[in-house]
Amino acid sequence: MGLLSVAIWLPIAFGALLLALGRDQNAGVVRAFALVGAVASFAVTIPLVKGFDGSTAAMQFVEKLDWIPRFNMHYHLGVDGLSLWFVPLTAFITVIVVISAWEVITDRVAQYMGAFLILSGVMVGVFAALDGLLFYVFFEATLIPMYIIIGVWGGPKRVYAAFKFFLYTLLGSLLMLVALVYLYFKSGGSFDILAWHKLPLSLHAQTLLFFAFFAAFSVKVPMWPVHTWLPDAHVEAPTGGSVVLAAIMLKLGAYGFLRFSLPITPDAAHEYSGFIITLSLIAVLYIGLVALVQSDMKKLVAYSSIAHMGFVTLGFFIFNPLGVSGAIVQMISHGFVSGAMFLCIGVLYDRVHSREISAYGGVANTMPKFAAFAVLFAMANCGLPGTAGFVGEWMVILGAVKFNFWIAFAAATTLVFGAAYTLWMVKRVYFGDVANDHVRKLQDLSGREFTMLALLAAAVLWMGIYPKPILDAMDVSVAELLRHVALTKLN
Amino acid sequence: MAEMNWPVVYPELWLLLAACAVLLVDLFSSDPERRPAFWLTQLSIAIFTAIQLNDYLNGVTAYGMNGMVVIDPMGRLLAVFAGLSMMVTLAYARPTLAAREMLKGEFYMLALFVLLGISVMCSANNFLVVYLGLELMSLSLYALTALRRDHALATEAAMKYFVLGALASGFLLYGLSMMYGATGTLEMPRVFDHIATGSINKEVLVFGVVFVVAGLGFKLGAVPFHMWVPDVYQGAPTSVTLLIGGAPKFAAFAITIRLLVEGMLGLALDWQPMFVVMAVGSMALGNLAAIAQTNLKRMLAYSTIAQMGFIVLGLSAGVVSGNTLSAGNAYSSAMFYVVAYVLTTLGTFGLIMFLSRQGFESEQIEDLAGLAKRSPWLAGVMTVFMFSLAGVPPMVGFFAKLAVIQALVTTDVPLYIALAVVAVLLSLIGAYYYLRVIKVMWFDEPVHTAVIAQGQGISALLALNGAAVFLFGPFSGGLMAMCRDAIVKALAS
Repeated sequence: MGLLSVAIWLPIAFGALLLALGRDQNAGVVRAFALVGAVASFAVTIPLVKGFDGSTAAMQFVEKLDWIPRFNMHYHLGVDGLSLWFVPLTAFITVIVVISAWEVITDRVAQYMGAFLILSGVMVGVFAALDGLLFYVFFEATLIPMYIIIGVWGGPKRVYAAFKFFLYTLLGSLLMLVALVYLYFKSGGSFDILAWHKLPLSLHAQTLLFFAFFAAFSVKVPMWPVHTWLPDAHVEAPTGGSVVLAAIMLKLGAYGFLRFSLPITPDAAHEYSGFIITLSLIAVLYIGLVALVQSDMKKLVAYSSIAHMGFVTLGFFIFNPLGVSGAIVQMISHGFVSGAMFLCIGVLYDRVHSREISAYGGVANTMPKFAAFAVLFAMANCGLPGTAGFVGEWMVILGAVKFNFWIAFAAATTLVFGAAYTLWMVKRVYFGDVANDHVRKLQDLSGREFTMLALLAAAVLWMGIYPKPILDAMDVSVAELLRHVALTKLN
Repeated sequence: MAEMNWPVVYPELWLLLAACAVLLVDLFSSDPERRPAFWLTQLSIAIFTAIQLNDYLNGVTAYGMNGMVVIDPMGRLLAVFAGLSMMVTLAYARPTLAAREMLKGEFYMLALFVLLGISVMCSANNFLVVYLGLELMSLSLYALTALRRDHALATEAAMKYFVLGALASGFLLYGLSMMYGATGTLEMPRVFDHIATGSINKEVLVFGVVFVVAGLGFKLGAVPFHMWVPDVYQGAPTSVTLLIGGAPKFAAFAITIRLLVEGMLGLALDWQPMFVVMAVGSMALGNLAAIAQTNLKRMLAYSTIAQMGFIVLGLSAGVVSGNTLSAGNAYSSAMFYVVAYVLTTLGTFGLIMFLSRQGFESEQIEDLAGLAKRSPWLAGVMTVFMFSLAGVPPMVGFFAKLAVIQALVTTDVPLYIALAVVAVLLSLIGAYYYLRVIKVMWFDEPVHTAVIAQGQGISALLALNGAAVFLFGPFSGGLMAMCRDAIVKALAS
């Protein structure tokens, strides 16, 4: 079994064991076992990064086995510079999620931990799949654990949020299924994504495929105007669910654009780039304003996620190396930053049981260590140089300037809006006088919470100060992708 | 062809003998749990399945009874599946029936006759044999539905089932008689040849085929011939619902292929549009009506209608632009769908029976509330079934839907591609009510707190069934290849 298979199936095996054997009576053992599983799953992704050769755009760590010969489906895995970093990112975030749930989740612990471990393996599968149908199976299978996570451990409106999440996402991906089958037919009976990249298609066919993929991925990203499921899902999900949603699940959609929409339908992508750019700018500008008026912290961060993901889709569709690389960096950094923001909200919520901004004030006085972390992540969220948030945004803006100055100008306003809503929230929650008795009684971070936030803070700073290894690994793949996208597939 | 060739009908003869033997044994046994009858029935079905399986593996096509019946891989494979699902059905049904004092020797005898009817239909090569098998199965099912004769709902269901079923049989028979009048023969291969000559009055043929399709529509439970399905599924004792919803689906599929494909493929351009209408109607009505149900069995009945829509859709894509190149693909997808559907249905109804107790039927959706807290693994198994019915990967239901969608899209006809989109959008509506069941099990607090006490054997079987639904998805390659192989051979003969 190759490394990628281990990275996919190890967490799933741990998760399945937890589901089968774990009981609430021995929650301590369950937690320790889950942590071992998550750390082991992260550990197996390190050789992937170490052994990755950044000088080629070819797929690496490839595994290919027959799966369903009747439809010529293969168990076909591999990573290139576009997908490499999401594998360790997913495993890393899972470790954080397991730690964050330690004392917080007391009901059905084994099922909670099991669901997250299985989800982690399945999401790695999405990033590693090179067979269209294998991709689809993993892509859809992520819905099952997330639906259960939101519905069982979520807030008061969890049922509504869980249904909305599931049905919204399913709607998009069902159209993608038809597109995949159509490609299977057009390519003469192959589900190989790499073969699809080379497949000539008429503009009409490309347009239909492009919008079918758009339906699936735009919901997942989510892009304006199909973003409405995200604030609901975020607000109702337990902290771990929000973290995984923001940090990884949104990237599944963005990654889909990279792997499917751009290389399979390049002509349609050029044709409709204006449309995507417009939607992305609306996400950046309008959703930024929407975030400004939120009174619920989780909602605020959720809208901020949508705005940041608008940057990602913008970067993809300006078709230059800075834009695409910047967008991928933005995806990774957003994974760390948004995850950290939701964890911070979780830390406060565990103590006060409120997510309202108005319920807080002057937290920095009673929780100085925590406030230091929270401010760091907030700064990263508004793109302060030296933090992870800066690198991607800066690259996308630079790329956009080359493409069209006014688009870059509009996109750059995110630095203003992002700073506005983030810092205003920081000001109201952390600074000022102690607002009420709840805040006065707050205990600062426990060792467990300190560990998880410190891990994320290290990642955020590392990405901000020395992003070179990340960029080096993806440069050749991005250049190859853009060279491919520039060629027409019409015949 | 013109010889008796007895070995062809050995499985049917064996079942006939076994049914009589079971009745006799039961008469002389005083065991209150009816163990001798139960095990004898299971043993005879196992032997039946083994004979069929052996014939299937031989892979030959042979005719018997002067060309009245045929053995070909498709018929054998369907009979094997029917035999297996009947065994599972009886195993699930026994404890429930015993708890309601309905466990009588007749139950097993009638079940064997149902299987005999199914087997006859699977190997029919003649209009009359189709009808014979159909009536044998249907009459036994009517009697089984009325097994609980002091129960108003069950009696009503049996009455409805009988009246509408008899009407459907009448339709079918009328259609077949028109075909006979036009072609002068009851043998399907010869009907096929006569139609192919093109010298027969088309109006009579089309007139006949409309009635045949109506009759089959009743048996499949497709809109607009679906009215009996919800009432019968709800009213019949759950064990009988399982009997109706399981193995007979293979028979309905078999006679559809035998009559419309092996007999009347020449008229495909006439019956395919009817199938398209039935398919879209079934998926739309089934999925929409299921949303409003509070009774789990009734909801599953509407879900069945919707699922049948998918099968009918697969059957409608055989002849495209005047050639039959995609026929093997389309029909084998539909066949795989039937297998996947029955596998899931067996488990679903088995689980409903498992949850019900003496004096309490677990029939409302709310009765499942908080099941995840009472028994996580039961809730897990039910979740697998529901996701499979909703068509979410990696369950088998997804691969079944994929097969049908693939069959539609690869025709490369805009109408069929549009139908594929319609089908997936309607299955999105379907996802809602399956999700609701999962929601009730996982998100709600338990209403009942009674301990779920049933035999270990059944729970092991349920777990096995759940594992099959889960694993036959990703590992369905072999099964898909078997279906395709069987259909291709049936088309070639």
